Amino acid sequence: MKTRSFKKMMIAAASAIAATAAAGGAVAFCGFYVAKADTKLFNKASKVAIMRDGDRTVMTLANDYQGALKEFAMVIPVPVVLEEGQIHVTENAILDHLDAYTAPRLVEYFDEDPCALQEITVTASRQFAESASPEDARRKGDAALGVTVEAEYTVGEYDIQILSAKESGGLAQWLKQNGYKLPGGAEETLNSYIRQGTKFFVAKVNLEEQAKTGLKYLRPLQVAFEHPRFMLPIRLGTVNADGKQELFIFALTRTGRVETTNYRTVKLPTGMDVPIYVKDEFGDFYKAMFAEQTKREAERAVFLEYAWDMNWCDPCAADPLSNDELRELGVYWLDGEAPNQSVRPRRPAPPGGPADVFVTRLHVSYDAAHFPEDLMFKETGDRENFQGRYVMRHPYKGEAKCEAGEEYRASLPKRFEAEAQTLATLTGWDVNEIRSKMKGAGQSFDPPKKDKWWERLWGKSGSKKG
Amino acid sequence: MIARLALPKDARWFQIGGQASILLTGLAVFDFRIGLTQIIAAIGASLAAQALGTLLIAGRFDWKSALITGLSLCLLLRANDIWPFVAAALIGTGSKFALRRGGRHVFNPANIGIVAMIAFSGAAWTSTGEWGSSPAFAILIAALGALVCWRASRLDAALVYLGVYAALVFGRALYLGDPLAIPVLRLGHGALILFAFFMISDPKTTPDNPRERALFVGLAALIAYVMQFHFFISDGIFYAPFLLALFRFIALRPSPRGYEWGAAPAPLRFRFARPRKIAPAE
Repeated sequence: MKTRSFKKMMIAAASAIAATAAAGGAVAFCGFYVAKADTKLFNKASKVAIMRDGDRTVMTLANDYQGALKEFAMVIPVPVVLEEGQIHVTENAILDHLDAYTAPRLVEYFDEDPCALQEITVTASRQFAESASPEDARRKGDAALGVTVEAEYTVGEYDIQILSAKESGGLAQWLKQNGYKLPGGAEETLNSYIRQGTKFFVAKVNLEEQAKTGLKYLRPLQVAFEHPRFMLPIRLGTVNADGKQELFIFALTRTGRVETTNYRTVKLPTGMDVPIYVKDEFGDFYKAMFAEQTKREAERAVFLEYAWDMNWCDPCAADPLSNDELRELGVYWLDGEAPNQSVRPRRPAPPGGPADVFVTRLHVSYDAAHFPEDLMFKETGDRENFQGRYVMRHPYKGEAKCEAGEEYRASLPKRFEAEAQTLATLTGWDVNEIRSKMKGAGQSFDPPKKDKWWERLWGKSGSKKG
Repeated sequence: MIARLALPKDARWFQIGGQASILLTGLAVFDFRIGLTQIIAAIGASLAAQALGTLLIAGRFDWKSALITGLSLCLLLRANDIWPFVAAALIGTGSKFALRRGGRHVFNPANIGIVAMIAFSGAAWTSTGEWGSSPAFAILIAALGALVCWRASRLDAALVYLGVYAALVFGRALYLGDPLAIPVLRLGHGALILFAFFMISDPKTTPDNPRERALFVGLAALIAYVMQFHFFISDGIFYAPFLLALFRFIALRPSPRGYEWGAAPAPLRFRFARPRKIAPAE
C-alpha cells in the first residue's frame, strides 16, 4: 500500500436542505399553521434552536412560512404561561449562521505529484443552499368556552396570545370562532396537551408592525422559560402535514451532546471519499443520502449531523458564532465578546479554553406514523466532536513520468470505482449512472470486470505479472 | 423438567451468554457508543474489585457475578472516558462487600454503579434511545432474558415489572387520548426490556418471597413511571430500584435466607399464583 500525500483545499458546505423542500410549502414543526382561507397549507421543513441549561430553555423558531402574511397563524404548546419579557423576536441571519456552521461539509483534496512532492495551490469556496422567505397574518377576537386568554402581547411583528384551556373542544371552538381553520385530528392532540397541563401560544402577524420592519419575511420567534421537561412538541405539526417533514434542531448546552431518549439518535455516515462531481450537486447528494439513511433506519431515527464545541471547527463550513449571536439565542452565561473571530478553513481551539457552549445539530424527517410521540431530549456529558464530512480527492493531473507515477495512475480506476460504490451505497443512486457522471467530470475509468471466483483463487491465466 | 437436560445449573451462565450476545449485537448492528478499552476497563475493574473483596472477607472468588456487573455497565452506561467505567465497576462490585445486610448485599451492583455515575460524575450518561425500538432486537433481548430469569426463578419479577409499567403507560395514553402507538413505542425500547430481564430481576437483590418480590418490582415500575412522566427524569428506571433497595436497607428487616446461585428454577405457575393479589392492578 502506497502512501500518497494530499493537500487539503477547500470546503463546500451545503446547508441543509430545506431549501429544497417543497415549493409553496409552509413550515411548522411544533405548531401547525391554521389557514384562514381554504388554501391548503403544508408543513415541510423547519429549524429550531434550543438553548438548554438545567431547566432553563430558550427556543428560537425559524419561520419560513411561504403564504400570505395575513393568513399566517401558529399554535405552539408551551409548558408555562409566558410573560411578555419571555417572548422575543430575533434575526434570521443568526439561525442561518448556525445552520451554516453546523452543516455537513464537503472537503476537497488534491493529490500531489507522485513523482515530486510539490505544494499545490489552494482555493476555497463555499456554497450554501439557503432559503428564507415568509409571510403572514393578523388577529381577532375573544372568547369563553373554557378558554382563558392569559395574556396578549405584541412582540415585533407578531400578535401573541397565551391561552390556557380546560378542554380541547372549547379550545378548538375558540380557535374556530377566532377565524382559525383547524386541521382535522388536531382536537385529539390538543386534548392530550391540555391534560398534560400545557398552555398554548398563538401567534399571528400584526401587519402594521410587520410593515414597519420593512422585511418581506417573518423573523424567528423566541420564547424563554424554565421547565424540567426537555422536549420539542412535534405532534401538532404532523396533523396537517402532507407527507414527511424535515426538522433541524440546533441544541446549545454547557454539558455536551443532546440526544433523543424516545427515539434512536444515529450518527450520519461521515468521512467517506466521494466522486468529484458531487461538488456540483452536494445539496442533492446530501438529501439523497439523508433519505437513504432514514430508510435504512426504518424511518424512525433522529440523525446527529454535528456535535462540536462552539469555539472552533475543522474544517469550518462557516465561522463559529460570536458571543453576541449566542447570547441572542439564549446562551445567557457568556459575558463579553470573547475571542470568537475567525479564520477559515480551520479554527483551532483558542488558548483561553472552550467557550463552554456545545452545539448539537439533529436532523429528523418525521411523520405521525413513525414519530407518534414528541421528541424527548436529554443532555449528555458527551463532548466528543462529530461532523458530517465528505471527501473529494482530485487526482494529480500532471505528467508524472516516474515509476511511482505509473503506479499511481494504475491505481486510480480502482479508487474511482470505490468512490462510485461508496456514493451508491450512501445515496441509493444507480452505480452505472454515477460512473457515467464521473466520466463527465474527468474521472473516467472502465468498470472493473468481475473476476471469476477461481481467478481470485489462482490468478488469471496468462495475466501479466507487473 | 424439560430443560433439565444438560443446561448449567447456575443461571449466571445464561446471563453471561445473554448479555454478551446482546452487547455484540448492539456493537455490530446498533453502533453502541462504547469502545473496546472501556469494555475491558469495566470488566477488569469489576473482577479486580471482586478479587480484592474476596481477599478481604476470605471468601470464594466469584468471577461470574463480577463479569455480569461489568457486562451490565457496558450495556447501559456511556461515557467519553474510561474512568467512569472503572469507577462504576469499583463502586458496584465494591458495594457487594461494603453494604450488606443479613448476609447479603443490598444493591444490584451495576445499578448502584450506574446511579452513582449519572447522578454525580457529570461525565457519564445512559443512552436509552440508543437501543431504539426495533421489534427484532426487543424479542431477542426478551427471549434471552426470559431464559435467564426462568433459570434464576425470577421470571415473575421481570413480567410483573413490565406488566405494571405497560399498564401505566397504556393507562396514560388512554387518559390523554393519545394514539396507542405512543405506549407501544415506549414498551418496545430495548433498554427497558433489558432492564426488566437483566437487572430488576436480579435474584440476589430482590425479595425471595414472591409476594414481596412482586411488590418490590411493581413499585420499581411505578416509581420509574412517575419519575419519567411527572418529574421528567428520563433515567427514572435506574433510580427506582436504587431508591427501593435503599429503603429496604434502611427500613426493613433483612429476610432470613437468600437465593443461592445454582438453585433449581422454581416452577413458574406456583410463583404466579401467589403474587396475583398483590400485583398492582393492570
